[in-house]
Amino acid sequence: MEDLYREVILDHYKNPRGHGVIEDADAEAEGMNPLCGDEVAIYVAFDEDGERIHEVKFSGRGCAISQASTSMLMEMVKGRTATEVGELSKEELLDEIGIPNMSPIRIKCALLGLGVLKVALHRAKGTPLPEEWAGLDEEFQVR
Amino acid sequence: MAVETPLKLDAHALRADFPILAQEINGKPLAYLDSAVTAQKPRQMLEAMTSFYETSYANVHRGVYALAERATEAFEGAREKVARFVNAPSSREIVFTRNATEALNLVAYAWGFSNLGPGDVVVVTELEHHSNFVPWQYVAKKRGAEFRMIPLTESGELDLGALDGLAREGQVKVVATNLVSNALGTINPVERLAAWAHEQGAIMVADAAQAAPHRKIDVQALGCDFLAFSAHKLCGPSGVGALWGRRELLEAMEPFNLGGHMIRKVQFEETTWGDLPHKFEAGTAPIAEAVGFGAAIDYVSAAGLEAIEQHEHELLAYALEKIGDVPGIQLYGPSADRRAGIVSFNMEGVHPHDVAQVLDWEGVAIRAGHHCCQPLMQRLGVAATNRASFYLYTVPEEIDRLAEGLLRVRKVFG
Repeated sequence: MEDLYREVILDHYKNPRGHGVIEDADAEAEGMNPLCGDEVAIYVAFDEDGERIHEVKFSGRGCAISQASTSMLMEMVKGRTATEVGELSKEELLDEIGIPNMSPIRIKCALLGLGVLKVALHRAKGTPLPEEWAGLDEEFQVR
Repeated sequence: MAVETPLKLDAHALRADFPILAQEINGKPLAYLDSAVTAQKPRQMLEAMTSFYETSYANVHRGVYALAERATEAFEGAREKVARFVNAPSSREIVFTRNATEALNLVAYAWGFSNLGPGDVVVVTELEHHSNFVPWQYVAKKRGAEFRMIPLTESGELDLGALDGLAREGQVKVVATNLVSNALGTINPVERLAAWAHEQGAIMVADAAQAAPHRKIDVQALGCDFLAFSAHKLCGPSGVGALWGRRELLEAMEPFNLGGHMIRKVQFEETTWGDLPHKFEAGTAPIAEAVGFGAAIDYVSAAGLEAIEQHEHELLAYALEKIGDVPGIQLYGPSADRRAGIVSFNMEGVHPHDVAQVLDWEGVAIRAGHHCCQPLMQRLGVAATNRASFYLYTVPEEIDRLAEGLLRVRKVFG
């Protein structure tokens, strides 16, 4: 139970990695979780090859789980290609967050950042939005 | 003649009637502090529904056999209880609905679509629950009418100084407000608003979902034209609510749902509508739920509405003090003398969902979110708040545990 707010989660919540905005980003999207009002906007800049993620930042506000998991996501995807991130599964992020038996409501909080990032890359690079993420635009109210 | 003082309510004793409260959550005794979203159920109400199903269940107003008559009698008996509960002049003015939301939709559709048009103004408040906000916003837009809000003061009360300005916006046709705000607990001056509405030639629609379970309601004294509430917040079952409306208004209105039971005569060319309240009750009603609604009214009436109000007032004053003492807490809403048993707050630097999660480890159940009041959250400049709310079975020890739980939240996020 206490795993939910173990040290690493609270550290990412209080000191988010990659917090900020990239002006003229190559890819960006923002979304919210209407249930609890968590908000996340993600900005991506690619390497010169236009494929590999050179820099990625996020801004937002919300519960510790949504903000910490987005912060962890920033560290996970930096240096990966858009295609790789397009294929990144929910499970991989949830493993990284490392909270066993999270309730369905909190899993939604944890996956907000990944969903927004997938939409950003999908729009900019046409990376596929796998079926499990289809309908995401609506669910997370991605703009 | 002796002056009757309301009996003091013994919440500790009443708890024995609520089987659900006698359990542990995460190894701790349950402290249920979310009665504003829905109330727990006393055994007496559950038994009334079970007994009805076991001995008297049939469809109502249909069969000629004994069981159907018995069911109809129980169902109409429940309507009588609802009518007396809000001091309605006649039980024919009580329409059973699914809940308060459906009752408010009934008025917005069946009255609003026929009576609103360009140049008209629908007035709601910044304090409204979405159920008394969205239907009016929708119907006003569809009919080309203006949609306006009575703003709030800093303390979370209606700013009645704005009324004159609203009256200049056009022909005010509807004024809709709750009696008690579900988000802040603010008690709204419905009598004054009803008088103002009638001066404008408008109807007054009162959402009593958060008031009827906790204080005495008298529709004639309030002077409103419609009043809506749900059974589930009043120790009754989910799936049934009630609309009271003035007879002349209900009679002039078009039906809301169409189908069986609500008709007088159906012919190939035309159908005519049944009498009140049946005109608004198409299809098979929530029969046993209505019987449970009646039993819930009996239960809270026996405890005494004045005693419940007094009990919750004491809890509220205690909670405002205890929670206010926790470092980093911001309280929202008016002072204790002008609000019902609802405490909305935020803890600095901690999102309400995280607060509620840590409290859940302690067995303390509170609500965290926008409380179906996004316009109000916007006004307060927050995405969400924490909300603790009380009822007749709430005891001060539960508020102590809430305050202790909040200290633990501080420790986790400190």
